[in-house]
Amino acid sequence: MWSYTLRRLLAAIPTLLAVISVCYFLLHATPGGPFDSERQVSAAVLANLQAKYHLDLPVWQQYLLYLKSLLKGDLGASFRYADWSVNDLVAQAFPVSLTIGGISMVLSIVIGVGLGIVAALRQNSVVDYAVMFVGNIGSAFPSFVLGPVLILVFALSFGWLPAGGWNGFQLRYMVLPVALLTFINVSTIGRMMRGSLIEVMHSNFIRTARAKGLPMRVVVLRHALRPALLPVVSVIGPLAISSITSALVTETVFSLPGLGKLIVNGAANRDYTLVLGLVVLITVLAVTLNLLVDLAYAWLDPKIRY
Amino acid sequence: MLFKNKAKDTLAVVLTQAMQIPSVTETETVAGRSLWADARRRFWRNKAAVVSLVALALISLACVIGPWVLPHAFDSADWDAMSLPPSFKNAHFWGTDDAGRDLLVRSLIGGRVSLTVGLLATLASVSLGIAWGATAGFMGGKIDALMMRIVDMMYAIPYLLIAILMVTILGRDFYLVVLTITAFSWMDMARVVRGQTLSLRSTEFVEAARATGVSTPRIIFSHIVPNLLGVVVVYTTVTVPGVILTESVLSFLGLGIQEPMTSWGVLIEDGTKVMEFSPWLLLFPAAMLSLTLYCFNFIGDGLRDALDPKDR
Repeated sequence: MWSYTLRRLLAAIPTLLAVISVCYFLLHATPGGPFDSERQVSAAVLANLQAKYHLDLPVWQQYLLYLKSLLKGDLGASFRYADWSVNDLVAQAFPVSLTIGGISMVLSIVIGVGLGIVAALRQNSVVDYAVMFVGNIGSAFPSFVLGPVLILVFALSFGWLPAGGWNGFQLRYMVLPVALLTFINVSTIGRMMRGSLIEVMHSNFIRTARAKGLPMRVVVLRHALRPALLPVVSVIGPLAISSITSALVTETVFSLPGLGKLIVNGAANRDYTLVLGLVVLITVLAVTLNLLVDLAYAWLDPKIRY
Repeated sequence: MLFKNKAKDTLAVVLTQAMQIPSVTETETVAGRSLWADARRRFWRNKAAVVSLVALALISLACVIGPWVLPHAFDSADWDAMSLPPSFKNAHFWGTDDAGRDLLVRSLIGGRVSLTVGLLATLASVSLGIAWGATAGFMGGKIDALMMRIVDMMYAIPYLLIAILMVTILGRDFYLVVLTITAFSWMDMARVVRGQTLSLRSTEFVEAARATGVSTPRIIFSHIVPNLLGVVVVYTTVTVPGVILTESVLSFLGLGIQEPMTSWGVLIEDGTKVMEFSPWLLLFPAAMLSLTLYCFNFIGDGLRDALDPKDR
């Protein structure tokens, strides 16, 4: 197990390094420097600025300096928001994204697994069709269509909930964004759970358990659930990565001051360092999450022995 | 994409196992038919897929012809009819936006852009995926391990962020959008093709080709690739909606296609801003996009049922 963990960790490092390097050199390959603005600055000021940001050094030295500061956890300065470092901006935005993403991830796993179990045990019943229908909606309608529709119905027509904004962690403002993210993930997890539980319920050891006369509840909860959850665990990694996409959209639709909004605004303002910093940060998070999910999978699956 | 379909695949396995005896007799009776004739017959029997195919054909046709036939241009304002609800007045059948531009024509033009991006990026990513997967599968060994390692790496990267970074650095540009989407949508295809190639590699006809001295690239492209077509067709129909969706997300975030040019993502974003007063500006483009995605999904399912060798 430990050697497997170590191997996976070592494999994650080249991925991160490749992403960081490609992004960094893409940034440097573009014509025009960050200080070629409309306002002309004198040569002396420009030289000072370039010295401050190490732009006067050869590219490979700048790259090494950047890697060094990354290792120290410093994502650099923002070019557009003067006086703000990327770290400051992230420190403000990250709790918002984490709250929304965390709550919705927990909710979608609980609801998705629950609905999947119900649908699988009552296969081809009304409940099953209802669950699969909802699942189909969640996967066929993109988040940026569902989000506005949610606002249109619950905020603008009925006026039950605010249409957007954050207002310092108030529950009322979280309901719709969390609902949107949950809805999208529930559809994937629910269908996955249904499929795998149906397959498990047809296997021999379940037949044995039932032949022994165990009540259905025990058969499902003690015997079928664990193997049926395995494929669900394996989708959580990819799901978390695709949640980043939905989070970008959700935060834009509901104007939440999270990481997604920050990166979209940064891209619109062409704030190079901010976007680069955020891409690096989120990639690190995504790769780490994937690693954790893989490890959890290896730990859960008795067939995998490392 | 891969994971979503797994549930269905496992279900199919369960079903075929349950009906083992009848399916054996069926393969005996249809043994004389060719793969493609059989697939065609199966596809036409799938009502959802056929209806989707017709609907998609109509949408595409409308996108190509519509803007010529309709009396409005996609970027010209009608000052007498701003924010007009859907009506027959001045032939604004889907209404107009707040600048008086006809929504129907804009949706059709947007459809042209979205479908073109979908087709171009799919074409590019499918070609890349086939070449990559077939090469890795056929070469095997260290080359295979390295190439698949790169694919794994690409999977771990949140691709939309890289796309955003590229847009930030290089500016917004149609071909850039295509290129960015392509760069991150070929991995599924590469994996599938590699798996198939691995099993094809040890067949007699490939051995015969090698024995007669055919070069490796030629074996890959004229002996192996044609035999992959079934899987490729299925995965292509899965790739297209994914690509269209990615383009729409980029455009929705204001990082894709630029005004006055438009796409479904741009229209939906514009519609979202004014949905309180003119909801049709959101609903029509959203419906069109969702319908298109739905069609592709059903066609993909139909083709899979018809062609996937796993289901036979």
